[in-house]
This record gives sequence, structure tokens and C-alpha cells, in this order.
Amino acid sequence: MTAWYGYRRADGSVGSRNYVGIIPAVTCANDVANAICREVQGTVTYPHHQGCCQLPPDLERVTETLISLGKSPNLGAILIVSLGCEGTNHARMYEELKATGKPVEIIHIQKIGGVSKAIREGTDIARRLVMQISGQLREPADLSEVIMSIKCGGSDTTSGMASNCVIGYVADKLVDLGATVVFGETTEFIGGEHLLARRAVNKEVADRIYQIVDEMEQRAKSIGCDMRRGQPTPGNIAGGLSSIEEKSLGAIVKSGTRPIQGVLDYTEHITNQKGLWIKDTPGREPEILTGMAATGAQFMCFSTGRGAPQGFPSMPVIKICGNPNTYENMKDDMDINAGLILTGEKSIEEVGEEVFEKSIQVLNGEMTRNEAIQYFTSIDIFCLGPVI
Amino acid sequence: MEELKIALKVNDLDNVATIFANGIVDGTVVAVRDKKGNREEIAVMGNVPYGHKIAVKDIHIGEKITKYGEEIGIATREIIKGEYVHIHNLDSMRGRGDLEKEKAE
Repeated sequence: MTAWYGYRRADGSVGSRNYVGIIPAVTCANDVANAICREVQGTVTYPHHQGCCQLPPDLERVTETLISLGKSPNLGAILIVSLGCEGTNHARMYEELKATGKPVEIIHIQKIGGVSKAIREGTDIARRLVMQISGQLREPADLSEVIMSIKCGGSDTTSGMASNCVIGYVADKLVDLGATVVFGETTEFIGGEHLLARRAVNKEVADRIYQIVDEMEQRAKSIGCDMRRGQPTPGNIAGGLSSIEEKSLGAIVKSGTRPIQGVLDYTEHITNQKGLWIKDTPGREPEILTGMAATGAQFMCFSTGRGAPQGFPSMPVIKICGNPNTYENMKDDMDINAGLILTGEKSIEEVGEEVFEKSIQVLNGEMTRNEAIQYFTSIDIFCLGPVI
Repeated sequence: MEELKIALKVNDLDNVATIFANGIVDGTVVAVRDKKGNREEIAVMGNVPYGHKIAVKDIHIGEKITKYGEEIGIATREIIKGEYVHIHNLDSMRGRGDLEKEKAE
């Protein structure tokens, strides 16, 4: 059944957007990537802060995350911008992305002869790639081909009672239609992990849920202080969330009620894995949004109470606001008013259907508020070790 | 007479309820409601901002504070029914690197 129209990729995935991704292989290539992106319409870039002077496991993590990001169905072609001496494996990035069947090019700033020359050459390549893919037509796609990522940010107590309930409704509906739904924010499982583990498809998955939560909590505890004010944040606390447990119990509502199929590592790209999945990510926007785009999500449903405006360059983000006061105050940044649930004007199901419809429109190409205001340049990759 | 503002109790096990209303000050009477339609009027103690919680029964120091039917922390003081509940009288039991550090010293 035709439910939406998307860009079919050689690897079988379907995109909701058709951008050329300008991927800096290391933070030191950001300025060149940014300059190319400014020059060429139809490109997006990912200025992150990783890729050199890190321990080998983290360098591998960055390499793999950038490869997964490049595999995103929302990208039709890739230009990798390498400095030349970075710690990430830019040759592997090129090879693995080339294997997807997408047009992939790479430039090395040092080899080309400096920044100005790299910008000139990169701009020419990016223009060529944009023109090469821009004629691709959208084709019919099924709902089972949808990959939705979900997240809550700038939460308050309305999140667990309104906007996350709405996302949970949409998650259940998409899972029942054979689609893929991915949620993360491992920090915000703390205190609610037993509820998630009960929904795991088997003991192995349940054990893994406990394990990722324990690892995340141990990392926080290793600093020797109370996590509160780091998580929950001062904004969460001002919004009435008293503890990480309370925040978590409200946050996991957005995963709905269906069985949890497994846990994806932060760097992982999904391949024909249907149903509800967890991705092991922190709660902070720059890192989790990159992780979710790297999963291969075509879009994200993002709930907020305090008013979190962040998005991601190649993954449209639908903002669902659960707090009626915030919605009135920040209307221009919000796509859906779930605050009407708390004022008693609409039910969770009604707003859930509204979000479902909006999701289909966005998959078809309708711009979200976040895309229109282009509030998506603060992005990063979640690493585990120190910068050295 | 103006209708009372509502405090929502999510689960039968909960000893707190959340007030989604502006202008709740010390002495305001709210109607605590649950999903079954039960209703109880309680006078609020303290100024409670939008989306914050009150106790719906007395909670003793060291006792669990419960919302969604699950533990969200421990009472660090004696809390009286109707009293504002937040970080001044509720402590998280998770991510407490400070407690582990104390134990180790």
C-alpha cells in the first residue's frame, strides 16, 4: 500500500529528504565543510568536535558513526572532507560509503594545498553531486519502510503526562503497521529500567538493558557527586521534575507499550530491523540526534515541555509541546500542541492521530518548523574516553 | 463559585499528585483526582509552580515517594498531606556518586 513517497536508495532504504551530505572526517575540517555547505544549495553538513587526539576505541566510534550517518537514506550523495592527518579512518569511510551505491567523493585539505583551494574544489564537487541527484523522483513507499526516532528534550512534568504519551501512541501504531521505531536516552532509563526490561523480547535483551543503564550510571557516579542538576537539568527541576527517577518514568512513556526487540550500539545503522528498538545514547541533544540520524531514521518525533528548539540537518524533527504555557510562548518553534491534553481540550489519541498525519506529511517532504528555522548546527558524536 | 484547580494522581500507589495550573499559592484548595474519577479536596501548603507536586498523604522521613506507581525518591523531611514536594524534601536514590564517595572514605 502506498502510504508515502520517498527517495529509493541502492541499498533498499527510502529517504524522506534528498541532500548531499558534506561530512567532516574530523573537527579540524569543519570550517571547510561549513564553507562548502554555505555555497551550495541542497547540501547539509555536520560540524562535530571529534576525530583526533582520542583513544583508539573512540576514534573507531567516530569513524563508524560518520559512516552510519552517511548511510542515512535522507542523503543521496556524500562529500567527505578530510584534513589529512586525522585520527579517524577516512579511507574506510570512503570505501564503506561507496559500497552503498551512492555517489561518494573525498577531498583532503592538506593534499589539495590549503583551506581556500579545498573550499573551491569541494564547492565544485558538491555542486556536481547536487545536480546529479536533484532530479531523482519520489517513489511510493510503504509504512513498514518508515524508521522513526523519538526523543524528549527540555522536559518537565507535562512531558510524561502529555507529549510523551502522544509519541507512545504513535510508536505503538507504527510498530503495529510493521515499521521501525528507535528510542534512546539511556540516562533517562535510570529508575525505570525494570519496566523496559519487562518488555524485552528475551532475557538477553533484558540483561542488555540493565547493563547499558548500569554503565551509564557508573560513568556518572565515577565523578563522585550527586548527578542531580546534570540530570535532571536545572530546567527539568524548575519544571517540577524532582529526580532522575521521576524524569525517567515520564521519559520512557514515549516508547509506547510494544515489545523491545533489542539494543543498538550508538554507532549502529539499522538494516531491516522492524519493531521497537533501543539505541544506547545519552540524553543531550547534539549527541543523541547524531546517533539517531546515524541509525537511519527518516525523521524524529521530539517532545518538550520547557521548549527545546534543537534539530538535525538531515533528519526532520517534529516538535511536540506538552506544556500549554510553553506552547503559547514558543509557538513558532513547535509543530504540535499537546498541551491541549492537559487543558482537557483534546485526548491523547486525538493528538496522537494529529502527529501521525503530520509524520506522513513530513515524510512526503513537508518542512518542519525546525527545518524552516535551520536550528540544527550544534551537533556532536558521543564518545566515552578523554580528549588527550 | 470558581471551579477548583485539579491535582492529578496517576496511580493508586502514588503519595503525590501533580498540579497543572498557574497561581497555586499557600492555602489554595485543589481537587485531587485519579483515573477512576475519585476526588478529594486538599489545601496546598506552600506556593506550587505549574506542574509541581504536592503530597496526598503524610510521608515520613526516609519513606519512599511514589509517582506513576513507582519510586521517584526518598523523603528527606517529614512531609504533611498537602505540602509542596520537590528537591527540598525529596532526594534521588540514583546516580549518587556523592554517597558512594562518602562510603569509600
